[in-house]
Amino acid sequence: MSVTLTPNIPDQDGFYDELLRAHEGLSKEQSDALNARLILVLCNHIGDREVIRAALAAAK
Amino acid sequence: MVAVRYQTAFKLYPYHQVPAQSQAPMRHPVVMVGGGPIGLTLALDLGLKGTPVLVLDDHEGAGLGSKAICFAKRTLDIAHRLGAAQPMVDKGVVWNVGRVFHADREVYEFNLLPEDGHRYPAFINLQQPYFERDLVEAIEKARTNGAPIEIRGANQVTAITPQDGFTTLEVDTPDGPYRIEADYLIACDGARSPLREMMGLTFDGRVFEDNFLIADVHMKADFPTERWFWFDPPFEGAGQSALLHKQPDDIWRIDFQLGWDIDRKAELDPERIRARVDAMLSSQTGTVPDYELEWTSIYTFQCRRMKSFRHGNVIFAGDSAHQVSPFGARGANSGVQDADNLGWKLDLVLKGLADDSLLDSYATEREFGADENILNSTRATDFLTPKTQTSRLFRDAVLTLAERHTFARPLVNSGRLSVPCTYDGFPHFGLDALNGPAVTRPGAACVDAPVKDGFLLDDLGGTFTILALGCAAEVVSAQGIDAAVMEITNPSDALTRRYLGDAKQAVYLIRPDQHVVARWPGFDADAIASAIARAIGKDS
Repeated sequence: MSVTLTPNIPDQDGFYDELLRAHEGLSKEQSDALNARLILVLCNHIGDREVIRAALAAAK
Repeated sequence: MVAVRYQTAFKLYPYHQVPAQSQAPMRHPVVMVGGGPIGLTLALDLGLKGTPVLVLDDHEGAGLGSKAICFAKRTLDIAHRLGAAQPMVDKGVVWNVGRVFHADREVYEFNLLPEDGHRYPAFINLQQPYFERDLVEAIEKARTNGAPIEIRGANQVTAITPQDGFTTLEVDTPDGPYRIEADYLIACDGARSPLREMMGLTFDGRVFEDNFLIADVHMKADFPTERWFWFDPPFEGAGQSALLHKQPDDIWRIDFQLGWDIDRKAELDPERIRARVDAMLSSQTGTVPDYELEWTSIYTFQCRRMKSFRHGNVIFAGDSAHQVSPFGARGANSGVQDADNLGWKLDLVLKGLADDSLLDSYATEREFGADENILNSTRATDFLTPKTQTSRLFRDAVLTLAERHTFARPLVNSGRLSVPCTYDGFPHFGLDALNGPAVTRPGAACVDAPVKDGFLLDDLGGTFTILALGCAAEVVSAQGIDAAVMEITNPSDALTRRYLGDAKQAVYLIRPDQHVVARWPGFDADAIASAIARAIGKDS
């Protein structure tokens, strides 16, 4: 299985809004920490090491 | 005296004295204050239904300068219903290709290939004065056919006094003041609404601390008809974002986002503007084409609305009631939808076919529409001008990823084009007994589709209509309203996709503003009668 790099999120604007809202009121350090935790949660959800490796490559 | 606040592009309704100025105050069922796109649309709609309307405007025509330039399909559909759309489309610019840049790199190019099976494109670029002129011409034509519409230019409302069931208006003219009375007073008098001020009504919302420089340039050069948008433009002094967009008459709209702390006077210096425009226009080709500055101004904006669009017999529509950022073209377009929503309701109330409380549904439905527009426009603005380090980080990440991966492109937000809202769950709409396609569910504005010798929306609207697809139907009379029948025995592919889905047949009840009230798998006169009652607020 490969990483999905075509649009896959319904209501893109709503998603983006929700993502930014999660950071509202946080300091830069707190935001960075939230982002790190979020990445770990999402990686665990994906599980497949190959997909995670492909995602890392796509983001680099 | 009536003060001149701005120059007019076209003189459309020159002042002339009328007998009412020297008579006892005359009572009018509807008076619109403001002859812009909203007031004119509403006047035309009511006049075509035979309801007398008077429009007062403190100028004599369409204001000169950069105002709305993008008119969406729903607006064209409404103008079509009123017989005013063709000259707009003939004059307007249709574009499909857009390019998004981030600093000196092109992030991606998109092509908005038009969906087939619609009479009109998704939108046209057209200067607002043309839109107003075309509406006034349609009004003139309707008047020669007996539509009771009167527009009085250079008539400025200076005071209003609420009375028992009506409003008295003090009106100033070049020949001095006079008075009139209005059963219903509609404030279509723009963002700075003098009527709203006179009533001391507040206007809550968010002010965006940003200045945008508009330069409309006249350029004959062979420049592609494309929309170019830059995030963090690389050319000097361009600010945080820049936009290049084509209008008719070889005019190009250029927008620069300058930030909050600027010297407005210095920024409006033509030499300074020319330097910016030179840098932008030469950024892709390396040369500066010949151009002239046609119009320049600096604007700020707010995203806000009145808490209630209705205050007794005074009703607010368009910018007087709600304002959005320009990203997404939701200002004039949403105002025209206000007029569309209000017209038939006012008409039924004035003809005694519906109670005054039906007008409350105008307010609740359009307040909902305004909230949706404000949400969309606020999101676009937040993407354009990230407010925190983290939101900028995500914004720039989206732009970087969008260059390489298509998934990130729908996240790029430089404005989502105005589409009409769907009144899901509002009390004047019925159930979806068909369980058909979502796009035409109860509450939605009917989407166009080809029919035998034209398009569906050609014959839809103005009155309640029963649309019967693949089956027979009969006229239904309820509450003094006759719902006409439109039968289509062999629906086109697009019509089937948009209105039937997997169903073989369907019956729709459609409001005069082309919104779907309810739909069923077959014809049921009793169900339609009760849906009509519900739609006009008489079901309890």
